[in-house]
Amino acid sequence: MPALLEVRDLSIHFGGIAALTDVSFEVAEGHISGLIGPNGAGKTTCFNCITRLYQPSSGRVLFSGDDLLQRAPHELAAKRIARTFQNVALFDRLTTLDNVLVGYHSRYASDVAGWRRDDAGRREALAVLDYLGLLGIADRPVRGLPFGTRKMVELARALAASPRLLLLDEPASGLSAEEVVSLAGVVKRIARDFGATIIMVEHHMQLVMSVSDHVIVLASGRKIADATPAAVQRDPAVIEAYLGAA
Amino acid sequence: MRDERVRRYGSVALVALLIAVLPHFIPSYGAFELTYVGAYAIGILGLIVLTGASGQISLGHGAFFAIGGYTVALLGQKLGVPYWISLPLAALASGVVGLGLGLVALRLEGIYLALATFALAVATPSTLKHFKALTGGSQGVVLSPLAVPGPLHGLITPEQWLYYVTWTLAGVFFFATSLALHSRLGRALHALRDNEIAAVSFGVNPHRYKTIAFGWSAAYAGVAGAIVAIATAYASPDAYGIALSLALVTGAVLGGLDTLWGALIGGVIVEFLPLWAQNINPAAPSVIYGIALILFTIFLPGGIGRALQSALNSLRLRGGNQHARS
Ligand SMILES: Nc1ncnc2c1ncn2[C@@H]1O[C@H](COP(=O)(O)OP(=O)(O)OP(=O)(O)O)[C@@H](O)[C@H]1O
Ligand SMILES: [Mg+2]
Repeated sequence: MPALLEVRDLSIHFGGIAALTDVSFEVAEGHISGLIGPNGAGKTTCFNCITRLYQPSSGRVLFSGDDLLQRAPHELAAKRIARTFQNVALFDRLTTLDNVLVGYHSRYASDVAGWRRDDAGRREALAVLDYLGLLGIADRPVRGLPFGTRKMVELARALAASPRLLLLDEPASGLSAEEVVSLAGVVKRIARDFGATIIMVEHHMQLVMSVSDHVIVLASGRKIADATPAAVQRDPAVIEAYLGAA
Repeated sequence: MRDERVRRYGSVALVALLIAVLPHFIPSYGAFELTYVGAYAIGILGLIVLTGASGQISLGHGAFFAIGGYTVALLGQKLGVPYWISLPLAALASGVVGLGLGLVALRLEGIYLALATFALAVATPSTLKHFKALTGGSQGVVLSPLAVPGPLHGLITPEQWLYYVTWTLAGVFFFATSLALHSRLGRALHALRDNEIAAVSFGVNPHRYKTIAFGWSAAYAGVAGAIVAIATAYASPDAYGIALSLALVTGAVLGGLDTLWGALIGGVIVEFLPLWAQNINPAAPSVIYGIALILFTIFLPGGIGRALQSALNSLRLRGGNQHARS
């Protein structure tokens, strides 16, 4: 299967800290990939480089053959790359529905096209909320919602962008044990129903290992493993990195 | 949801009706004062777009009033251009300058943008005085009064005619603004205001939308300034000083930046607060502005507009519950 995303020799440093050093990996279209590693390994930084929030000092990011490093950050949504944020980055003064509608921004032809009350967008946004069981809070401002619900609203907003590539940064953090179990099902369903290729950063190992086709492991900014979940779990370098960090 | 709409349109229709019949129940001078209210409301609507929706600050909107006022004044005096042509041109001129300032504003965050626009407000009167040949210096420019069109002669006074023109424009702008802020454009601005990184990640071009907000807002201020100049029949440099800019910001904050009703309330405040305050003491207006701004930002950040809205909402909820019980 051809790679949808190809990251090549990606490096970035902040002052003296090398957050990523020569990281390369590929993600096949339609796959769910886990991106794991101890705290500070560079997982979020890797997402931020792919989505152009950070400028890597060297390396390339190819999405379906297109060099993403040549694009401005706001151009990626139109390529149907969407993400969620580790710290939840919602539009706090807007309702759940309006948050999700911002996810549609790049799918309207123009502001003028979006002028006419955008009923189509609204219908689709409500369908996405329904899909994630959030219909009941469509008209609630997101500010007052519980953390776990806010994470789901972020996911809904990302789905509204009809992603080909979906980057999830710790979707399970702050969720209860049952919610994590249902999240595993949701992630798999999303891959199937939306035809999305997913990269998921997670510390919750059971979740990662149960949904991923393939797991990439970072430690101290370097890739130390890249294999199937079963193989990664047996990998001495991975065990060492996690024990060393613990 | 249907109920919600009925209520919203209902209250708008009620206010529109009130505005339509009001001139017939108040003295001519009252209509004249309410014309200013309408003009200030249009200007504050611009601040609601800029500060309320897109989160950018302008302490210098008086400068755009000046551009609007001088555009109609000079086009009329030098070229004899009628108001129905010069008024849109005032919006255009002010809007274009606003786009330019918006580009500058992209490089300035928060307090620096406030300072830069404050400087603009301070510089406006002396700039107008400096270019004497064009602007007539400190003497300003006299405008011809707005004439009542033929068919309406004898039916309404010139004050009433200007009142209706102003409030019709205000109505159109309120409607257009409401539509725009509830569309893709408005959501993009709100998203940038609440979380720029997330907005950008979903395709919102921050430069484009922040600049649009500035131009859009300035165009409204240009129209407002033009109306004020026509009503006063006079454009003079000192009318566009820092006092005007601060009055507009005060009106916007007190009225409320996150509901369009705030512009209406703000317009009333800008027109009448100085008059009331002057009765207390000639120096009172600026002191009252200052104190009110501080108190509101601390205790009522949503302004009177939001406070009224929540009061009405809770009343309605209580009423609803009683219904359920009975
Ligand atoms: N904007 C930044 N400025 C300075 N240092 C940064 C910045 N972003 C990340 N870093 C540093 O880069 C390293 C990698 O951080 P990153 O957030 O990518 O880790 P992570 O793998 O996502 O960790 P976690 O599991 O805790 O979220 C850390 O040392 C972090 O302090
Ligand atoms: Mg992280």
